[in-house]
Amino acid sequence: MNAAEQQQLGTLPDGAIVRDEVVAARAPWSAVVEAGQLLSIVDLGGNQAVDCILYDAHDHEQRYSAPETIAQQGSIFLTTGSVLRTFEGVPLMTVLADECGRHDTLGGACSKESNTLRYGHHTKHQHACVENFLREGARWGLGKRDLVSNINWYMNVPVEPDGTLGIVDGLSSPGLTVTLRAERDTLVLVSNCPQVNNPCNGFDPTPVRMVVTQP
Amino acid sequence: MNSTTTTTATTHGARDHARAQAGATAEAMPVLPARAASGLPDGVPQERLTWVETVAGGGYASRVLARGTTLRLTDLHGDACAHVLLYNADQPWERLNVADTVKVPWQAYLGAGHPLLSDQGRVLASVVTDTSGHHDALCGTSSRDANARRYGADGGLAHGPAPAGRELFVLAAAKHGLAPRDIPPSLSFFQGVKVEPDGALRFDGSAGAGAHVELRAELPLVVLIANVPHPLDGREDYTCSTLALHAWSGRPTQADDPLWSATPESERAFLNTADYADARGLA
Repeated sequence: MNAAEQQQLGTLPDGAIVRDEVVAARAPWSAVVEAGQLLSIVDLGGNQAVDCILYDAHDHEQRYSAPETIAQQGSIFLTTGSVLRTFEGVPLMTVLADECGRHDTLGGACSKESNTLRYGHHTKHQHACVENFLREGARWGLGKRDLVSNINWYMNVPVEPDGTLGIVDGLSSPGLTVTLRAERDTLVLVSNCPQVNNPCNGFDPTPVRMVVTQP
Repeated sequence: MNSTTTTTATTHGARDHARAQAGATAEAMPVLPARAASGLPDGVPQERLTWVETVAGGGYASRVLARGTTLRLTDLHGDACAHVLLYNADQPWERLNVADTVKVPWQAYLGAGHPLLSDQGRVLASVVTDTSGHHDALCGTSSRDANARRYGADGGLAHGPAPAGRELFVLAAAKHGLAPRDIPPSLSFFQGVKVEPDGALRFDGSAGAGAHVELRAELPLVVLIANVPHPLDGREDYTCSTLALHAWSGRPTQADDPLWSATPESERAFLNTADYADARGLA
């Protein structure tokens, strides 16, 4: 499969395509998905963590809350039916379809700073998701204070009975798609994870496809 | 003038009426000066106390604590749930990051030895003592929305019958110049949650009356504490009992402390913390 063919991978919902973009490996992305529109995230290369924070497009103070989301659904994993809520419990998006099976929202985003703890100070100057969030968020007036625990689409983070938690080999493969419905106008902030020190990207960051559809 | 005969129709009468409250006590209150507190639990050094306060269920407290301070939280009656947020008092945009706090140590369950990490790769506080073992770093605190649905229409409001943790954090944060956008996911002590193999969250309640946790401030901290029922506490009534707080001055974790080198991740986190403190001129 050549690159052009690969970029057509994915299972898209019916409807008019509003936006269809490939996010390069290691790059950020953002867009407002209007209420009722669908956002499909296609894992083009397989096992590519897609770090994601959601904000109410008209009130950025209302943003995705990982704890509110998992407490209300009673499970740590995001999959079909998961309602992605704000800290005040308001639904921002709902997972309509999920070909991967489960996604993480405990593990947060990689940062240069946490990389020094996890792998050593030699990783301080490697690229990291927080850098993407800060740079892309600045386009929307968002700053450091606006970053919160995020979603990691396609990332596999089990919790063992003794509480041991970690990022392990992914469950995804090329072309798998997760589709979200915006319950209100939602600013979607994404870092196509550049991490190369753990299996969240199969040690090889790859592009992802973001498709917005108007059903 | 005896308070029972005070008139509040005049300024002098109103003043006397107000002043007649002196010496009253409540279950939830601070003790000043902290070093004068009586009835201290074992292991609390009276001469170094800097903060003594009790917080009722549905209440909150906040404090700026010096680096090296030990903060003991005690679940007096077995139904406290202390939701906690931590900020670097020198630069509060650096704050507790619960994701890094579970990811970096490879451990979702809080207990003795757990570093509470900031988003800047530093230790804000260390859990140095834990007699409970029932805590949670995953589910955050309660929202007004959830409490209103669970406890009724007035539920969730800060001064209603079932205050939500988020509402109390908004107030506590404001006392330190912080806005709602400065309130990230929090952690909680004294009411436990476990993760089942399929990912389901299971509430497993408290360890009973008298359990305590001690946190050691590794940087100067703004500490926000909301004492409200855990979001997964399924009891029909809003159930939350009194939390006791005792803080005393001391030293941050030193390089010869077993905690410093407990794991390679901890050691680098303490190195980062000391590196920051040295450059900043903090003792």
